[in-house]
Amino acid sequence: MEELIQKLKEEIIEVLNLEEMEPGEIDPDAPLFGEGLGLDSIDALELIVLLEKNYGIKIEDPKDGRKIFFSLRTMAEYITEHQK
Amino acid sequence: MTRIVVTGMGMITAIGKDTGENLESLKSRRHGIGPLSLLDTIHKDELLAAEIKLTNDELAAMSGIADGERYTRTSLLGLIAASQAYESGIAKYGKTDNTKTAVVSTTTVGGMDKTEKHYRDFLESSKYSHFVYTHDCSDSTRQICDHLGIRHINSTLSTACSSSINAILIAAKMIKHGLADRIIAGGTDALSKFTLNGFNTLMILDKEHCRPLDASRTGLNLGEGAAYIVLESEASAKKDNKEIFCEISGYANANDAYHQTASSPDGYGPYLAMKEALEVSGLKPSQIDYINAHGTGTDNNDLTEGLAIEKIFAPDIPPVSSTKPYTGHTLAAAGVVDAIYSILSIQQQLIFPNLNFSKKIEELSFEPVRELKQAKVDHVLTNSFGFGGNDSSLVLSKY
Amino acid sequence: MEAYIRGIGNISPQHSWDNILFPGEVVRYEGNRLKCIEPDYKAYIKPIQMRRMGRILKMGVSAAGKCLRDASVDMPDAIIMGTGLGMQSDTEKFLTAILDNDEKFLTPTSFIQSTHNTVGAHIAVMLKCNKYNFTYVNDNLSFEGALLDSMMRLSDDPSEKILLAGIDEITDSYFTITKNAGFWKEDIPDNLGLLNHAGSGSIAGEGASFFIVTGEAHPDNYARFAGIDSFYKPESDKEIDDFITAFLAKRNLSLDDIDLVITGINGDPGWDSGYFRLQDTLFKGKTLAYYKHLCGEYYTSSSFASWLAAGILKTQSCPEAILLNNSKVNKPLRNILIYNHLRNTNHALILLSAC
Repeated sequence: MEELIQKLKEEIIEVLNLEEMEPGEIDPDAPLFGEGLGLDSIDALELIVLLEKNYGIKIEDPKDGRKIFFSLRTMAEYITEHQK
Repeated sequence: MTRIVVTGMGMITAIGKDTGENLESLKSRRHGIGPLSLLDTIHKDELLAAEIKLTNDELAAMSGIADGERYTRTSLLGLIAASQAYESGIAKYGKTDNTKTAVVSTTTVGGMDKTEKHYRDFLESSKYSHFVYTHDCSDSTRQICDHLGIRHINSTLSTACSSSINAILIAAKMIKHGLADRIIAGGTDALSKFTLNGFNTLMILDKEHCRPLDASRTGLNLGEGAAYIVLESEASAKKDNKEIFCEISGYANANDAYHQTASSPDGYGPYLAMKEALEVSGLKPSQIDYINAHGTGTDNNDLTEGLAIEKIFAPDIPPVSSTKPYTGHTLAAAGVVDAIYSILSIQQQLIFPNLNFSKKIEELSFEPVRELKQAKVDHVLTNSFGFGGNDSSLVLSKY
Repeated sequence: MEAYIRGIGNISPQHSWDNILFPGEVVRYEGNRLKCIEPDYKAYIKPIQMRRMGRILKMGVSAAGKCLRDASVDMPDAIIMGTGLGMQSDTEKFLTAILDNDEKFLTPTSFIQSTHNTVGAHIAVMLKCNKYNFTYVNDNLSFEGALLDSMMRLSDDPSEKILLAGIDEITDSYFTITKNAGFWKEDIPDNLGLLNHAGSGSIAGEGASFFIVTGEAHPDNYARFAGIDSFYKPESDKEIDDFITAFLAKRNLSLDDIDLVITGINGDPGWDSGYFRLQDTLFKGKTLAYYKHLCGEYYTSSSFASWLAAGILKTQSCPEAILLNNSKVNKPLRNILIYNHLRNTNHALILLSAC
């Protein structure tokens, strides 16, 4: 799990162009959206594509993203559960 | 105060090659949404759209052009609709002095249909370089000027999905300021892989027929088309004994200033646009007989537009419908497509139905009009909203 | 109709960022492409906002910020942009992704930013500006369309303060594409020798010229836009001459009142011949200038020329580097006429006058 979280940090920094950030700065349990990292609905769509492209997991309803992408940990848990 | 009137109109959409065909389709609930057959895309079997089932060669033949292959589909559609508008509002009245006839056109992707075919070629050689010139949004405007022999002011603007309603707005102002006697204003957009995939990445395309203002809505269907109207001052129209289709009594543009694509939760931008357009018209909300909504069918748009409508009109909300289930969302053309439908509504004293409605949106107090309805229609409000929080409203009145 | 320039923010291939009135020492570029000298964006854009922004958006947002500060305006009454190409780099990014991945695994960011009104929209979001927001995309008349709109608004309400701009970028890909299409001169040593190179084509450029314009006179105003008009595909020299003289006559001026004519000469002999004909006829005896060796050819270059003209009128001095044939400058400089056309298709006149 911790390994996956670390990998996700790097992937998120890349796809969301968070160039100014270091992986260590992202708290795995802090909210990614709103008050936390400050991501928005467009970022959620980017993350949906990341899951499909890198992990083969397809999310059909963008509304599901809010829960899955609550934090890095929830995201990693979702991947672990759904990856074939 | 100069009154601005409409004396000509022309359009081509998936539900008709001209205004008459569009009206017949509207009346008989004949929509244009279906599988894609002309656009070359991997999403053919999965996404529906309102495609005009005419090849570029057929479109070129309609506008009397021999080498249609050299034109973008956006330009061909624009030429057809603008020519109809010119014929109905200018040419049919005999010889007109066009020294002060202007063109204000709009598009969102311009010549993208050719660019996406030849982009690799552009980078490698000059073989398809003639399409480098047609890539820009201004190309369709120039083609219209050339085709109609207009050499006075031409302008092109692009404010995403609200583009062509803004063409009307600025054209009305230009006439008021004496910069032109008459203006052909509108917009054109062809379907392209670029826009289809773009909206698809936003996950706002409904894989079924769209359901605007319905609780079960899940997105929009894209469409293609072009629509233009002829605007002039009341004095100019009267001098030439022209038939006046309607008066443009109010217009406004505002910005939601919230997010590049999403509307603010309470639809503040749409509210401002409607409120200011009403103020310009001098009409009270209760005088509006019909609202032709932007109503794309996305979760976000329909809710926020609905809330903004309620804020202005509640408790007596006039009949509302979205005609997007007929034409799909025709992007830059959408504003004038809807404006022409609003004019038809005034002329025919008809309110067109909002297809596919079954369940009211929980947060809203009103339902859209489901059936074609005969009614007194003196004043129509029509909305057009776009990316970048660009929100515009137009009030059209019986003359 | 007139529009006083109250504020300026200008990013160009010259040192226009710090010297907001004048290019200062002229910057020399080797070859056929001029790039903007970009400021430190961090002073104008927060990192979380910057992360999705392409270069043109950073240029636009910063130039807007600087312009608003210069005019001491917090909230403009309208945002009116002109851009010939719009968001070319985001458009290319999304298009390339479609082609590379056969329409699969696409993400929305570059698509939503490819919309032509993105710069004006971002400025609105950053300022929370709910006002009128238009973007003109009309070839070499893009800035002109925005200017005309601004002037109409100010004629209706002179108290408005409008954020007006011309903005375009040249990306690597678009440079290659237009090079293949024959837009640019081959083997030109540098931009300063633009007129000494006989080959066809011009040199590529870009820029972001922002203005705050208002209808109200004020000691801080730099200059005023006193007229704009355009003409499509003139059929004879006489039509061009008549267009120019009628434009001035409508403003109760004649060529005698014009102290400087800034032409759109871009080094392409085929298209420049029209300007040189006027040098010997209608503009005979006038002080003539050109500017595209400083900023390159791009759709909204007339906004750079307008910035130059505003500086000349405010400081009452004209840089030697823009004068044609060692013309002599007579003072006071009251009226400057900018005449630009692209491929003899859209011809445009902009008149700037001292305040």
